[in-house]
Amino acid sequence: MALNSESAGKLTHVMADFEIKDLRVSVEGREILKGVSLAVNKGEVHAVMGPNGSGKSTLSHTLMGHPNYKVVGGQVLFKGKDILTLPTEERAKLGMFLALQYPVVVPGITMSNFLRTAINAKRGFDGKDKSKAISVKEFRALLKNEMSVLRMDDSFLSRYVNEGFSGGEKKRAEILQMAVLKPEMAILDETDSGLDIDSIKFVSDAVNKMRGPELGVLIITHYTRVLKFIKPDYVHVLVNGEFVRSGGPELADWLEAKGYSEWVKEPAKAPAALEAK
Amino acid sequence: MATVIPRIDVGDNYKEKYGFFDPEKFVFKAKRGLNPEVVKEISWMKNEPEWMTKFRLRALQIWDKKELPTWGADLSPIDFQNIYYYLKSTEKQGKTWEDVPADIKNTFDRLGVPQAERKFLAGVAAQYESEVVYHSLHKELESKGVIFTDTDSALRDYPDLFKEYFGTIIPPGDNKLAALNSAVWSGGSFIYVPKGVKVEIPLQAYFRINAENMGQFERTLIICDEDSFVHYIEGCTAPIYTTDSLHSAVVEIIVKRGARCRYTTVQNWSTNVYNLVTKRAVAYGDATMEWVDGNLGSQITMKYPSIYLMEPGAKGDVLSVAFAGKGQHQDAGGKAVHVAPNTSSNIVSKSISKNGGRTSYRGLVKVYPGAKNSKSFVRCDALLLDEQSRSDTYPTTEVDEPQVRIGHEATVSKVSDEQLFYLQSRGITRAEAETMIVNGFIEPFTKELPIEYAVELNRLIQLEMIGSVG
Repeated sequence: MALNSESAGKLTHVMADFEIKDLRVSVEGREILKGVSLAVNKGEVHAVMGPNGSGKSTLSHTLMGHPNYKVVGGQVLFKGKDILTLPTEERAKLGMFLALQYPVVVPGITMSNFLRTAINAKRGFDGKDKSKAISVKEFRALLKNEMSVLRMDDSFLSRYVNEGFSGGEKKRAEILQMAVLKPEMAILDETDSGLDIDSIKFVSDAVNKMRGPELGVLIITHYTRVLKFIKPDYVHVLVNGEFVRSGGPELADWLEAKGYSEWVKEPAKAPAALEAK
Repeated sequence: MATVIPRIDVGDNYKEKYGFFDPEKFVFKAKRGLNPEVVKEISWMKNEPEWMTKFRLRALQIWDKKELPTWGADLSPIDFQNIYYYLKSTEKQGKTWEDVPADIKNTFDRLGVPQAERKFLAGVAAQYESEVVYHSLHKELESKGVIFTDTDSALRDYPDLFKEYFGTIIPPGDNKLAALNSAVWSGGSFIYVPKGVKVEIPLQAYFRINAENMGQFERTLIICDEDSFVHYIEGCTAPIYTTDSLHSAVVEIIVKRGARCRYTTVQNWSTNVYNLVTKRAVAYGDATMEWVDGNLGSQITMKYPSIYLMEPGAKGDVLSVAFAGKGQHQDAGGKAVHVAPNTSSNIVSKSISKNGGRTSYRGLVKVYPGAKNSKSFVRCDALLLDEQSRSDTYPTTEVDEPQVRIGHEATVSKVSDEQLFYLQSRGITRAEAETMIVNGFIEPFTKELPIEYAVELNRLIQLEMIGSVG
């Protein structure tokens, strides 16, 4: 599956910053990802698009180490490590981030407490060496800045994690977490779903502001809408657990016009011509 | 900003912080076991009036006749004849910490009691074994007529007030353990808040058992006169011994018209302590009684703080948290008895079971005929952390008045993989994520505590969570 590395503009023998190699994953004994390869470099934004059931969420959850997804083959290399052997929190500490499609409610824990605990965890604060913990002042300043971009007010911080949040608030909260944790490899899983047009704009502005040479982004989405706001450098089409096509941003426009009908109708007979780009 | 989860090291467990013991020293120790001679000796040591000696002996007779409860936790392992019922460690009670014998002062220092007193308390009592060894109260409150003393001194110094209320809310015949306490009681707090006086800063008592096979039987009596307010907090710990100790307190509270009393407990006995406590309050017209009851420690706890709503407008709240780890059974709950119309009660119980621990909610809501327009709501939430742990609810509702609103809700939940994954995906370890979820679960309880106690409680939960893993 060298085609993806090629599409990412890299030669296969040059190691990318984040590299998925022939990843195969099963859920409850059924193989969902059937050998997926993809290379993402810092500074790049890749979009993975696909119809329902193509394995998009399996990909995002596997990359972050969700226990329900069983890796049956392949590697994911990041900073010289195969992260598939690391527990979820170690992946996060290494610089990975996943914005969930369905952020989880944690009753009784305030956003502020959650964010601070996460920041401190990433800084390696072990409860003893106070110099590693973020100071109240620094924490406030950091949040104030990022929250204004996302148009979130202070009351947000005293609410319990995702409890009673609207769809838009949940997604903004995810991006806020990304902004304060400053990952080097971010996976945005259906971040546009359930968003009204204002929220999609605020969220996109925030992500675009974070784009730069220190961040690689993988946007996972069913629809092309979000890609109008966050312009991808590369687009990959995932169907039935395999990448069937990769290309530049124009592929998203093509998909918007044609949809996934070509592959979804007869996924077993995807023409070779399409796969080869 | 709400609760911050302080972080501590694995291995910094109960034993180190609370489970230490000091060499046993005493000026008087009763013989092991329970009989009329021991009871008379306690009364004699305390130089009590004759009526109290008789009260004790009569209670002992009731104790002999009554059976232990057959419901609830298993009390059969307790050998009541193997317990020391009275141990006096020092001759005098300190008004300053300097007056307290050095080793005992050292104990309370380690437990952080004097520090807390300096920072945020209006008065402190410290009980060590059977007797209160230290007592203080802000001068300003004293001048307003507030009485905060140990119960033995109250019997001596305020005999009329004492006799008017003592044993009226929980008579010795109420249950076998109330009879036991009535026979051998020692120490505890006596509080009187005069009409209209609001004690804005909490009063605290700290109960410490140090000796092995010790029985602690404090007796607390709180009288809130009309339109007054007080918040009383108690904490308790003990060393870890291989043999059992017994803590069996009786707490009686009278909340008069328009007054409000809040009674907060953070129980953290070591897991060799049987904690069998009877707590009851009566609330009169428009009065409010609030029990805020946290149970983390002990081998077995049986405790059901009760409120009798005696006159219209009376209100009662019970908010309780129980945490049961390995080998622990927390059988706790609350009772609300609606005697008068337009009374309301609210019972919220949160329990957490881990490592095979068992929690039970046991509660009673009773509405007497004529208690029209009464409202009662009971909510029990249980969180199970693994497959071996257990949680049960035993709610009883007896309503003899049709015109009432009664509600009951119960939930049992587990820490979900999705919650853990979410928190871990932000760099938080699994153990820490579990602790966070548990602390979040009891947040409705924690937020009712003064901030210092909230932090301490979260820390204790963290100890329980990490200690049992490491």
